Amino acid sequence: MTQNFNTLHLRSVTRSFTDAAGNQLKALDSLNLDIQCGEFIAFLGPSGCGKTTALNCLAGLLPLTGGNISIDGRRIDVLPPEQRGFGMVFQNYALFPHMSVVDNVGFGLKMRGVAKSEIAARVRDALALVQLAGHETKLPGQLSGGQQQRVAIARAIVIEPPLVLMDEPLSNLDTKLRIEMRAEIRRIHSQLHRATVYVTHDQDEALSMADRIVVMRAGVMQQVGTPREVYGRPANLHVARFMGFRNVYDCLVTNSQGEQAAVQAKGVSLAGMLVRAFPGARASLAIRPEDFQLCPEGSPHSFQARVESVEYGGRDSLLVLSAAMGQVYARIAGEFEPGSQVWLHVPPEKAIVYEGADA
Amino acid sequence: MNSFSHDVRSWLIAPALLCIVVLFVYPLYYGFVLTFHPMNGGGAWANYVQFFTKPRLWFTIVITLELAVPATLINVAASIPIAFLLRRNSSYQKWVTTILVVPVTLGTVLIANGMLTYFSPNGWFSQAVTGLHLYSGELRLTHNYWGVLISLIISGFPFSFLLILSYVTGIDPTLAKAASTLGATPWGQFRRIYLPLLAPGLTMTACLTFVQAFSVFPSAILLGSPAGATRVISIAAYQAAFESYDYSLASTIAILMGLVQLVLVAGLLFARRAFYNGPVTGGKG
Repeated sequence: MTQNFNTLHLRSVTRSFTDAAGNQLKALDSLNLDIQCGEFIAFLGPSGCGKTTALNCLAGLLPLTGGNISIDGRRIDVLPPEQRGFGMVFQNYALFPHMSVVDNVGFGLKMRGVAKSEIAARVRDALALVQLAGHETKLPGQLSGGQQQRVAIARAIVIEPPLVLMDEPLSNLDTKLRIEMRAEIRRIHSQLHRATVYVTHDQDEALSMADRIVVMRAGVMQQVGTPREVYGRPANLHVARFMGFRNVYDCLVTNSQGEQAAVQAKGVSLAGMLVRAFPGARASLAIRPEDFQLCPEGSPHSFQARVESVEYGGRDSLLVLSAAMGQVYARIAGEFEPGSQVWLHVPPEKAIVYEGADA
Repeated sequence: MNSFSHDVRSWLIAPALLCIVVLFVYPLYYGFVLTFHPMNGGGAWANYVQFFTKPRLWFTIVITLELAVPATLINVAASIPIAFLLRRNSSYQKWVTTILVVPVTLGTVLIANGMLTYFSPNGWFSQAVTGLHLYSGELRLTHNYWGVLISLIISGFPFSFLLILSYVTGIDPTLAKAASTLGATPWGQFRRIYLPLLAPGLTMTACLTFVQAFSVFPSAILLGSPAGATRVISIAAYQAAFESYDYSLASTIAILMGLVQLVLVAGLLFARRAFYNGPVTGGKG
């Protein structure tokens, strides 16, 4: 099962369990997804959204309760993990504490009955790839977090799996190392030309690494798309909130032309891009804090707001303002005093109008 | 704190230290010195010479080892699979644990009493075996070697099971999952991940179980044949002290009994150093 594949299909993959009160809960509900060879897929969502469940189902560590997984038409969801041959990097790395770095990395090859000389050569190559040469004889306990993480990656890729699964592998590292390792994982992925499924709750990580992002919420897939699509056009309000649209206002669609819409929110008229809403309908307008701009008084699609508080953030400041449609979070460069009045404007292509009132 | 001797607070350990000296160190020392003052004369080493020249005495070491070593191996070996099956915190774990704690609380004499009825030639067990035509000969499981061995297993198994269960549940289960994604079968996961990580715990359990089994006394008398097949070393010491009133020889036997235990435990602990002895989780957090 170590040959490469063309497409991995997930068809209505479902994993439900029974809670203490006897209710059926769906940790993963009818997930449909096709993964192409060489693709980097990120599962993104808050904790408890089912992304790790999806990964464990792929690895074979959790049996499915519905649906199936197949590779180029061959069903694999019935195989135990040891026969699927997917490499997996665990959140806590799960390095074998009693084995040296070399033995950890060589474990998968040994299980496959590869000759000793070949194991030594392939382990050496894998350690060179993750830039860990010189640490061969150390035990995992003698390595730093970043080094352990590289060993975990080397161990997962040395078996040349058709698919590498990564479960929040960077969540235990500090910010600087995390950003370095992102590039490293991306580099290793493109060198191997294998599919990678990467689970994270960090939108920056998903945006910077993935070819496609799968946004999850409460076990249900919300959106699949390129980082640009998911960031620019979240499919629904849940995804929008998760992707940083912190300002959401109830509004009424007054007019629409093509993709553009004019809306009224408590007397303030604004413009935005239409995602499944029609004139006359109640809708929700979503705006990111960083998309507000200062503008002269009375500009079109602008509104007046009073600065309530200022949180200094270096390059810019996070302002909490009160306006006619409610509280506004805006990230704007410049000096502000609480109590002052400002005029704000949002470029229509940055605001998104969603069907239905905010729940 | 610059120096231990200058710290007045260190006097706080004095009462505890005094208790250890008075209740443990001095009696041990007294007993040890006593071994070099044989009751019937014949030089300082006469007791030791007597022990190692009389088969009636030295052979008790063999008899005791023949009981204690199999009992230890059986208890540890049987605990591993059961602890493994119950390693996930299920409701079974609570039940089995509760059932297993019972023999620990009963004490060996009560166990022996129960066994004498249950395993006797016309007891339930023998009648059941005969009734089911499993064995046609006479089944003797009391007043011989087997009775004592069974009693050592009944009283020792819960102890080693509970110890091993705590070692097994301490091992991070994601390690086995990681091994499975790398191609290890369930047996491979056990042999290459669990067993090496358990080895220090298993040797420690074996040490404690062995020491307990080696000092067997009541069940060797009640369930064995104390004059023959199960004349263990503690019986020899008892007879020397309270039948011949030779405290000096009794002390010698007791000291040698402790020495045998010490040699075996030291050997096991030395072997333990060959195993990995670090943390049993796979990395940070």
